[in-house]
Amino acid sequence: MKSLKWLNVSAATLLAVSLALVWFAAPLEATMGAVQKIFYFHVAAAWVGMVGFFITFVAGIVYLVRPNPRWDRLGAATAEVGLLLSIITTVTGSIWARPAWNTWWTWDVRLTTYTIAILIYIAYLFLRGAIDDPQRRARFSAVYGVVGFVSVPLTFLSIRLWQSIHPAVIGTATPTSQGGFDMAPIMAVIVVMAQVTTVVLFVTLTANRYRLIELQDQVDLQKARAMLAEGDLPSQPAASAAATK
Amino acid sequence: MKRYLRVVGAVVWKDLSAELRSRETFSAMVVFSLLMVLVFSIALELNRGARESTAAGVLWATALFSGTLGLNRGLGREQDRGTLEGLLLAPADRSALFFGKFLSSWALILAVQVVTVPVLTVLYNFNLAEPLVILSLVLGTLGYTGVGTLLSAVSAQTRARDVLLPILLLPVSVPVLMAGVQSSSAALAGTPWNEFSIWYSLLVAYDVIFLAVAVMVFEAVVGD
Repeated sequence: MKSLKWLNVSAATLLAVSLALVWFAAPLEATMGAVQKIFYFHVAAAWVGMVGFFITFVAGIVYLVRPNPRWDRLGAATAEVGLLLSIITTVTGSIWARPAWNTWWTWDVRLTTYTIAILIYIAYLFLRGAIDDPQRRARFSAVYGVVGFVSVPLTFLSIRLWQSIHPAVIGTATPTSQGGFDMAPIMAVIVVMAQVTTVVLFVTLTANRYRLIELQDQVDLQKARAMLAEGDLPSQPAASAAATK
Repeated sequence: MKRYLRVVGAVVWKDLSAELRSRETFSAMVVFSLLMVLVFSIALELNRGARESTAAGVLWATALFSGTLGLNRGLGREQDRGTLEGLLLAPADRSALFFGKFLSSWALILAVQVVTVPVLTVLYNFNLAEPLVILSLVLGTLGYTGVGTLLSAVSAQTRARDVLLPILLLPVSVPVLMAGVQSSSAALAGTPWNEFSIWYSLLVAYDVIFLAVAVMVFEAVVGD
């Protein structure tokens, strides 16, 4: 519990510091201007989000081999946080693309793959919501966490092949952040800061979510127990009534 | 091995003979496919040029959506009639049940294509029944049915049932749709084979990967 508090505080502090750095200390990029600043968190959210889905995938496999509710909670938590980060990735990417590519949306490889991944993990959450029995929910979402994650590379590949045959209007090979431009030293520092912040934020949100699911499971268990106890009460008078007859 | 195949065969035979007697699912899928072709024709207001470029897309969208209908019925019906338990109680390997269910659904989906492809050919007034189009349909629906059988076993045991299957199945089927549409339209346009053979490799890769995954995790979906 105490460590959770520490995580929360450090994530909030890191986020505030990194945002201040991005807003006030980061230099304006020569050609793209202020909108380039989106990249600090865009890139971080992109890869950390995928890491989240990967953890859901691994937790799913582990659960199927060794069914322990812990793995189910972990998978559910990382899927949710990964979904959040992927949505952040697509939205920030879209905002960047509007001035840079002159469009909100293009069938770019990464953009499309992320959008489909978002749909997969929304489906994952739907699936969780549609099952009451906790063990069955855990098993089914583990299965879907595995199937969904396995499909992502194939989706990426298929869109990339499609793009290479059908060249898009806007260059698909636009180098985004991977060393495409010379970085000022301060920029490199802020890039690292943004990555660290996002990772800590990811861990914090996941830990909180995990704790919340744990509490929810406990509440469900108590409720089930209370219902069982209540169920015993009305049957007793009925039984005694039958006995007196 | 022989016993295993006999179990698979028994499940397929059971499903297909039930289907032959009622023709419930098959006729629903065919009518639905025809309606989809009609809807596309009206919605896209197809003139000859547009028809040739969209034919592959219409064919694939129709195949996938009517496929969902069939997959939903396949295990949904077992669940409704309580025969799924009976099937699971059979002293047989669970993967044999999976293959049986998968093969009968696949046969059904392909049988529907035997109707829709000629209809599309007549309506669109050019031949869709090219061998390469058929090949991509066979390969594409194979992987699609494989994942679909697994996910329909999942969705049949949830509250949302019929609504859930397309939501679960379509996002993981994007590679099939992409490869299917691209290979079919390239084949229809008469593109040289080596320029689009890569799509067939992708379809085969998808089939192998997802059938393997589905067989491995099917036990977890039905084993209570």
